[in-house]
Amino acid sequence: MVGLVVVSHSQTAADGIAEVAGEMGGETRIEAVGGDGQGGFGTVADNIEAAIEAADDGDGVVVLVDLGSAVMNAEVAIETSDVEAVIADAPVLEGTVNAAVTATSPKATVESVREQAEAARGVEKL
Amino acid sequence: MSDEGEAVVAAVAAVADRLETERSHLTDLDSAIGDADHGGNMARGWAAAAEAVAELDDPEPMAVVKTAGKTLLSEVGGASGPLYGGSLVFASPELEDGLTAESSVAFAETYLEKVQDRGDARVGDKTMVDALVPAVHTFKKSVEVDDMEPVAALSKAVAAAQRGVDFTVPIRASKGRASYLGWRSVGHQDPGATSTLYIMEELLDVATAYGEAPEELPDHAESPTIPDGEVTED
Repeated sequence: MVGLVVVSHSQTAADGIAEVAGEMGGETRIEAVGGDGQGGFGTVADNIEAAIEAADDGDGVVVLVDLGSAVMNAEVAIETSDVEAVIADAPVLEGTVNAAVTATSPKATVESVREQAEAARGVEKL
Repeated sequence: MSDEGEAVVAAVAAVADRLETERSHLTDLDSAIGDADHGGNMARGWAAAAEAVAELDDPEPMAVVKTAGKTLLSEVGGASGPLYGGSLVFASPELEDGLTAESSVAFAETYLEKVQDRGDARVGDKTMVDALVPAVHTFKKSVEVDDMEPVAALSKAVAAAQRGVDFTVPIRASKGRASYLGWRSVGHQDPGATSTLYIMEELLDVATAYGEAPEELPDHAESPTIPDGEVTED
């Protein structure tokens, strides 16, 4: 099953997003990672890499990110890791929910999960 | 320990000392247009890097630079971790055969390429790239076209980086957190360009101590702040 990693500048936010998506995603493996590793806001490449490895069961991982440096640190983590992983260019909460649901399909691939996460960009709320 | 390895370890230690000294200045610059963490992040990261490279058993230049970069990646976080640390790791293989004029140019170019690729910034965006691009182009031209010794070329490159830092003051940010401020970013010096200059100044100091002194002082009147790119391709 394709795994998910949620990266936020706040560990609390990442945990919350993973919690929301987990309600819809059933068995989907979702790892939440955030913060600067010193108790403050930020993102750290090493921690994201560890989360990617924890989320992978051999079928690859889609990474959802919040803002700015989360993207750069996720890129570094993917380059460093041996796991097949991609970043989804999606709003982090809506994208994670979409990805978690898509990952439950037996036909899901890293690409199909990423596509559905990115489809959340077009969702209108009003 | 090779002399070259020793020099690179000393350079990392010198950068760590300098960034500790400049911690509050960098934070002040960053509090004007960013999130006020650049001074603390850089000081903490480079202090950890200096400790890590001091513990290497056989510190050759490539291993020292790679270790410093990996430490910055894990300690700094934010955007500075990948930009400064990730780029050091990526460029470190250029120093596999040690420090020469040729390998130093290749290292500088690869480092710049990674910073630009990762941060997607160009000259004029009010980022570290504004200091780095003229510095790297000037270094390459001084070595390859003007046939200068590496230390003298580095001295010219530091002067170019200083002009790049000055150039960030009057312009409007279009990358990074400062870009959210729009025109309000005008008049503030970019912290990333500034820390890049400090790092280069320390490299020059250590290189001067370990190598030959520059034959002449850099000529501030020459080479534009923003080389047009073709300068380096001659």
